[in-house]
Amino acid sequence: MTATENDKQAQRKAVMAVLTHSDPSEISRRLAAIMLPAHENLREPENGLVMVRGRIGGDGAAFNLGEATVSRAAVRLSTGEVGFGYTLGRDRDKARMIALCDAMVQSDEFAGLVETKVIAPLRAAISAKRNRKAAEAAATRVDFYTLVRGEG
Amino acid sequence: MYVAVKGGERAIENAHRLLAHERRGDRDVPEVSLSQISEQLSLGVDRVMTEGSLYDRELAALAIKQARGDMIEAIFLVRAFRATLPRFGATEPVDTGAMQVRRRISSTFKDIPGGQILGPTFDYTHRLLDPQLAEGFSPETPETSEASLAATPRVTDILGRDGLIEPSPEADAETPVGDLTREPLSFPADRDLRLQNLARADEGFLLALGYSSQRGYGRNHPFAGEIRFGEVEIEFMAEDVGFAVPLGAIAMTECQMVNQFKGSATEAPCFTRGYGLAFGQSERKTMSMALVDRTLRARELGEEVIAPAQDEEFVMSHSDNVQATGFVEHLKLPHYVDFQSELGLLRKLRKEFAEATEAPPMQEAAE
Repeated sequence: MTATENDKQAQRKAVMAVLTHSDPSEISRRLAAIMLPAHENLREPENGLVMVRGRIGGDGAAFNLGEATVSRAAVRLSTGEVGFGYTLGRDRDKARMIALCDAMVQSDEFAGLVETKVIAPLRAAISAKRNRKAAEAAATRVDFYTLVRGEG
Repeated sequence: MYVAVKGGERAIENAHRLLAHERRGDRDVPEVSLSQISEQLSLGVDRVMTEGSLYDRELAALAIKQARGDMIEAIFLVRAFRATLPRFGATEPVDTGAMQVRRRISSTFKDIPGGQILGPTFDYTHRLLDPQLAEGFSPETPETSEASLAATPRVTDILGRDGLIEPSPEADAETPVGDLTREPLSFPADRDLRLQNLARADEGFLLALGYSSQRGYGRNHPFAGEIRFGEVEIEFMAEDVGFAVPLGAIAMTECQMVNQFKGSATEAPCFTRGYGLAFGQSERKTMSMALVDRTLRARELGEEVIAPAQDEEFVMSHSDNVQATGFVEHLKLPHYVDFQSELGLLRKLRKEFAEATEAPPMQEAAE
């Protein structure tokens, strides 16, 4: 794989990560603000399961922990780009929107637009939520101190 | 002669209608919503997801509502739902070291890198009923402080660097990961299968077994090396996409128990370990799981198997509350024919007994 292909893949993964963490109504609202390219469903959105795996001891051999619901979809732009959407949960439309964004990210014409109008604001919202949770947890961090006995 | 007995359809239909009515309760009281269950009874939802073996908060909340709060019935409903969906595959194994930690404590080291983070916990509460919660209570917004950017490595990784604790078993590319939802259990079972079984096992059953091991039924002298709870990213190798796609994050709890050391003529002594992992914030579950994971390693570690918690066939065959409740509760179903045959036999035996005792003891008299 070439460096450019690697970069492209990393970019697609990063976009998917933002979208999977986002509320579907927020994705929909952001998508509504841009002129979408003509596209069709390559795979009808569907629900299914994945077996979630853990590691023995946290870092050892894999074991099957339990399943999770997932949705997936694939769309093709009229210009040929094929996008895939996978996400936890049973919201098929969310999977379809992720697939559409993934296809647009691969199109030179739409990549920039999706980044600025959809992904960037969603990324900022996720980051704010994450930081708030981290700050809440940090406030419960124990600061140990040593009591000095007086009779020394 | 075989006599088919029919009937009861109308009674069953009306019983279910009555059940729906009772489930709703007093109709002057507002109906509970799935989001209320998911948000406000969240640890119940976590338990149903863990033992139902399906991560989906909304479905678990629906199951709790439908089951009228009966957790095992809810777990049963979730297990049954699983069968309605195709499985796309297995995720990449999660990296709990990269967890966005909401809580993380160690009872072995005070000063762990990343610190002791208490998070949302019942620990140190006074367990006094709080009348404020009875109605319309609005809690204060949580305090915040600057989050550290330092990593929160697992305590076992820190001990492992000095060789003080045994390493985790390494993955063997040749051996597929065991899956008890696909193949029936057989014994002896490897640790991957045991952990899968324990992960979906009844919390109460594991709690009792773990407790028994602490009280001396099986050797277990553990320290809670670390307990952490938070969100873990999930990735799935999607063949059609050509790379591992992110699916989002799942809340999980992990417990690492550090247990008594072992050593031999050729190996320096080191701590051993037990492991627990579950969906959601399931601390008691993962602690119990880690205790029982360790006791079930008796055979592997050359310990004498003398207690129930060390007997993998006993533990794994009785840990599943859906199977257990199925077998116990099937006793409620009509057994009229079975019972008639037992009754017939009992009457015959009693008649024989009566005849034998009423008859004069002739033999003795003859001697």
